[in-house]
Amino acid sequence: MSALILIDHAAGQIGKSAGELATFAERLGGVTGLILAGSGQGDALLAEASKIALNKVILIESDDFANYSLAAISEALSAQVKALSPKAFLIASSSRGKEIAGRVAIATDSGLITDAIDLDSSRKSTQSVFGGSFSVLAEVTTPTAIITIRPSSIDPSYDESEPVVEKISFTASDRSKLAQVLSSEAAVKGGRPELTEAKIVISGGRGTNGDFAPVEELADLLGAAVGASRAATDAGWYPHTHQVGQTGKTVSPQLYLACGISGAIQHRAGMQTSKTIVAINKDPEAPIFEVADFGVVGDLFKVLPQASKSLAGRKS
Amino acid sequence: MKIAVCVKQVPDSWAEKKMIDGKLDRDGVDAVLNDLDEYAIEEALAIAEPLNEAAGAPIHTVTLISMGPDRASEALRKGLSMGADDAILITDPALAGSDALATSKVLAATISAGGFDLVFCGTESTDARMSVIPAMLAERLGWAQLTFAGAVRVDETGQEIEIDRSTEFGVEKMKAKFPAVVGVIEKINEPRYPSFKGIMAAKKKVIDNKSLADLGLSGADVGKSAAWSVVESATARAAREKGVKIEDGGEAGNTLVDYLLEKRLV
Ligand SMILES: Cc1cc2nc3c(=O)[nH]c(=O)nc-3n(C[C@H](O)[C@H](O)[C@H](O)COP(=O)(O)OP(=O)(O)OC[C@H]3O[C@@H](n4cnc5c(N)ncnc54)[C@H](O)[C@@H]3O)c2cc1C
Ligand SMILES: Nc1ncnc2c1ncn2[C@@H]1O[C@H](COP(=O)(O)O)[C@@H](O)[C@H]1O
Repeated sequence: MSALILIDHAAGQIGKSAGELATFAERLGGVTGLILAGSGQGDALLAEASKIALNKVILIESDDFANYSLAAISEALSAQVKALSPKAFLIASSSRGKEIAGRVAIATDSGLITDAIDLDSSRKSTQSVFGGSFSVLAEVTTPTAIITIRPSSIDPSYDESEPVVEKISFTASDRSKLAQVLSSEAAVKGGRPELTEAKIVISGGRGTNGDFAPVEELADLLGAAVGASRAATDAGWYPHTHQVGQTGKTVSPQLYLACGISGAIQHRAGMQTSKTIVAINKDPEAPIFEVADFGVVGDLFKVLPQASKSLAGRKS
Repeated sequence: MKIAVCVKQVPDSWAEKKMIDGKLDRDGVDAVLNDLDEYAIEEALAIAEPLNEAAGAPIHTVTLISMGPDRASEALRKGLSMGADDAILITDPALAGSDALATSKVLAATISAGGFDLVFCGTESTDARMSVIPAMLAERLGWAQLTFAGAVRVDETGQEIEIDRSTEFGVEKMKAKFPAVVGVIEKINEPRYPSFKGIMAAKKKVIDNKSLADLGLSGADVGKSAAWSVVESATARAAREKGVKIEDGGEAGNTLVDYLLEKRLV
């Protein structure tokens, strides 16, 4: 067995990460995708899975995944890793992805790498650590390597495929039923691109004073995702799910535009590896300027609208 | 009820970090209590204190657990000065270079020996940033996993705990019987500052030093030699080139667009 990937999905759609994981996994040889779904809900996803390059898909259906969450999911996945002994099991980095990876690593006695940004054909992974100041090349020494990969680390190759399909049912053991999900409310998805997937991210901080309109206007002109500092999410100006930083999301877009954000270390931890960083801040001493490729000392309520107007004019 | 809180000493977030031989150079920088673990300590105290008040006796205890070098006792002292009752520090030369699998093994052995009902953790350590230890502990101990908690409700008599799990995917309400591993996010509370009284009291509190042998583990189980992932190289990225900084004289928005177009970013 060459490589196994976990295919994330939400609201009946396969996530963008699956194509990215498949693209990395191909470097190790044949790719088997694992889809976990509620009873009777997998077939629709199988049709979607043929849009990515897979040799095989294993569909595991069980309502225990929704009812007992991580423990049940990890148990089902660990059983597959044990049965198939893949060279690597790739999972998209997210809060859930990393927790699953941790549990599977323990259950299968496998080495673990989290937040890789690259993986080569000899199974060596690259991680970017300490806010991008170091690049670490690491190797796992166990038969299977469990590796979580940051979203948008590669441009996925979307080869159509006709994978062999295997369907399995699953019942969680008592040990995996200790924590029970009572209710669940999915985060509301706005019309804008997902933060971790966008090529351009525009974030607003305390400097917006709660008015994100100029940030959103420019974001929409550029097809960008909107992020926020913790000061902005704590104040309730923007949803917590848009927070960028240590305790929010880590983003690494082509362009990151920080508006009215001071650049505290916890914020920088989530955006410092962006290819180009632009900052707009009234305070010339703001630490965000230390990492900015292009800094504007000025009022975001003047600079952003002018930039939007100028862009709209040049586009038409 | 016996509550444990796993806390880690980490390099100060603002300190410039260096790597030597594929490992973080911890000696050259200031070390502090992982700030995300302060939320775990606060939450544990917020559960124990009112119960003790109601009982009229300090029967509900909060024990800090840390694996790290001798000087990690400084971080433990800070947690004790916030109000935790006592602490366990697992120190052993063989632990150097341990990966998350080994760390979770040592912490799980310590927890198993302690007879705890609940174990609290932070979401991540600001140096390793893996966010996996709480899940690994649940898997190793065979306990319920209640992580990314933005709110916690404990029913002491029913030996039950409920949380709101809050992640990028949304919010889930989850419930479990004791024992459970609880991971908390930083939105859950506002950690207290140690009071002068707390700092004085902490000086007299006990930090129980344990070695691997005390836990029934051997050096072969942990440390760099047992690690299942090996760092082949760590390369410092070239420092970011110093950027351009302009002062807005009324045209900065247009200049910004020029820059973005010239760099083909838009
Ligand atoms: C455990 C922990 C975890 C954390 N995690 C995160 C995290 O994940 N993400 C995060 O972002 N933070 C995080 N923080 C918080 C972080 O330390 C900072 O407090 C936060 O990032 C500050 O947000 P800010 O830059 O928007 O606000 P401030 O620091 O108040 O900065 C506002 C900036 O806006 C500028 N400004 C004001 N008005 C204007 C205007 N009209 N035009 C232009 N500029 C203007 C000001 O000059 C100032 O520099 C965390 C903190 C802790 C303790
Ligand atoms: N060496 C350690 N000693 C005690 N607790 C730890 C240690 N490492 C991690 N933890 C706990 O596990 C959480 C997650 O850490 P991590 O998985 O390393 O990001 C931390 O917030 C701590 O609560």
